[in-house]
Amino acid sequence: MRNILIIARRELSAYFATPVATVFIVIFLVLQGTLTFNLGNYFDRGQADLNPFFNFLPWVFLLLVPAITMRLWAEERRLGTIELLLTLPISLSQAVIGKFLAAWAFCAIALILTFPIILTVRYLGDPDMGVIWSGYIGALLIAGAFLSVGSATSALTRNQVIAFVLGVAVCFVFAAASYPLVTDFLNRNTPVMAEVARRFAIVDRYQDFTRGLISLRDLVFFTTFIGFWLFLTTVLVDQRKAD
Amino acid sequence: MSEADQTGEVLIEIEGLTKRFGTFTAVDNVSFTVRRGEVVGFLGPNGAGKSTTMRMLSGFMIPTAGSARVLGHDVQTDGVAARRVLGFLPEGAPTYGEMSVSGFLRFCARIRGYGGTELHERVAYAIGLTRLEGVRLQTVETLSKGFKRRVGLAQALLHDPPVLVLDEPTDGLDPNQKHEVRELIKQMRPQKAIIISTHILEEVDAVCTRAIVISAGKVVVDATPAALSEMHPSHKLDDVFRQLTLGEAA
Repeated sequence: MRNILIIARRELSAYFATPVATVFIVIFLVLQGTLTFNLGNYFDRGQADLNPFFNFLPWVFLLLVPAITMRLWAEERRLGTIELLLTLPISLSQAVIGKFLAAWAFCAIALILTFPIILTVRYLGDPDMGVIWSGYIGALLIAGAFLSVGSATSALTRNQVIAFVLGVAVCFVFAAASYPLVTDFLNRNTPVMAEVARRFAIVDRYQDFTRGLISLRDLVFFTTFIGFWLFLTTVLVDQRKAD
Repeated sequence: MSEADQTGEVLIEIEGLTKRFGTFTAVDNVSFTVRRGEVVGFLGPNGAGKSTTMRMLSGFMIPTAGSARVLGHDVQTDGVAARRVLGFLPEGAPTYGEMSVSGFLRFCARIRGYGGTELHERVAYAIGLTRLEGVRLQTVETLSKGFKRRVGLAQALLHDPPVLVLDEPTDGLDPNQKHEVRELIKQMRPQKAIIISTHILEEVDAVCTRAIVISAGKVVVDATPAALSEMHPSHKLDDVFRQLTLGEAA
C-alpha cells in the first residue's frame, strides 16, 4: 500500500508540474458550465437540482478522461523511464494501481472544483442534497471506469495520440450501450447483443446514482469493471514493457 | 585475477540466459558469475546484446530461457527482493524530467523504504557521491547530458546496494567527469559486485578486474584485462576487440 501511495503521489505531482493540469481543469469547468447552463437550460427548467449537470458529465468525461490517462504508460515507454520505474523494488500491479489512483485523484480534484454549481443550486432553491452527493459518487465511479479503460489503451502503445483515440473509442462503446438508439437497433437485429449491451451499459448504471440510488449491484459492477481493465493494463505492460 | 576476486562470495549468477525476438537471437546462452570485489567490464559492439543482458539481469526483460540471480534471489520469481539489493542504471539513464534532482532522489529513496532523517541522509549521500550539490533544486530536464547521467547514477547508488549494474555509466560525460566516476567505481569495488557495460576500451584497463566480451549475443572471452590484451600480438585492447568481434586478425 505504501508503495502504491508513493507512486500515486509522484504521478499526481507530475500532472501539476506541467500545464496539463491547468488546461484540463479549465476546459473541464468551462465545458461543464456551458453545457449545464446553456444547452441544459438550467435556469428555464425552474428546478433546484443538478440533472443537466449530471446528464452532460459522462460525455465530457468521455472526451477528457482519456486525455488524462494517455500519458500514463505511453510516455513512460517512449522516454524509457519505465525501465527505471519497474526496476525499483515494487511490483507491477503496485505501479498500475498507483498510477490509476493518481489519475483518479486528479479527476476528483476537477470534480471538487465544480462546487460553485452546488452553491448556485442551493442559493436558488432547496435541492435534495442526498441526490447531489450520490450523483457525485456516480460521477467519480464513471470517471474511474473511463480512467481504467484509458490506462489499458495507454499500455498498448507508446504513442499518446493513439492511446487517446483508442481510449475515447472504447469508452464510447460502453457509453453508447445505454442509449435507445443503440439498444433498439440491437434488439431488432441481434437480441443477444442487446442483452450484453444492457449489462455493460455504464451510463445507465451511472444514472441510478444521479437519481439518488446507490445500489450494491452498481457498486460491484464499477469495482469489477475497473478491476478488469487494471488487470488488463498489468498484463499489457508486462508483455510490452521491453519492446 | 587477484586473490580477493576468487574468494569473494558470488553475488551475481547468470545461467544460460537467452533472449530471442522472433527469429533473431539477441542473447544466446550467456552464463557467468560475479563475486564481491569484482568489476566486470561488459564489452561488445553496438547490438551485441549488452543492454539486453543487463535488462534481463535487472528483471526488466523476461528471458526466453535461462535465469539470473542476485544474492540468490531469482530476478523473475523473487523480483522485488532481487531489485532491493540491486542498483541499476538503465541505458540512456532515463529519469523523470519534470522533477527536481532532489525530488526525484527522494522519490527513489521513499520507494526503497527510507523515511524521515534516514531519507534525507540517503539523498544527501547520493548527491554527494555524484557531485550534484549545485543542481539539487533544478529540474532534471534542464540539466546537461552529463548531469542527467549522474542523476541516474545517484539513483542507482542511493541505497548503497551490494550489486551494481551500470549500462554505459560514463557515456556523455566529459573527461573529468569520467575520471570521477571511475574513481568512484574503484572506491566501491571491495564491497560490491559491479558490472559496467561500455565500448570505451580504456575504461576496462582503468577500472575493471575482469572483461567479458560479447559478440552477436555470445560470450567470446571472459578474462582479466591483462590476459585480454595478450590475445593480439600488438597487445592493444583495440586490436583484440576487433579481432574478437569481427572475427578477423585486425
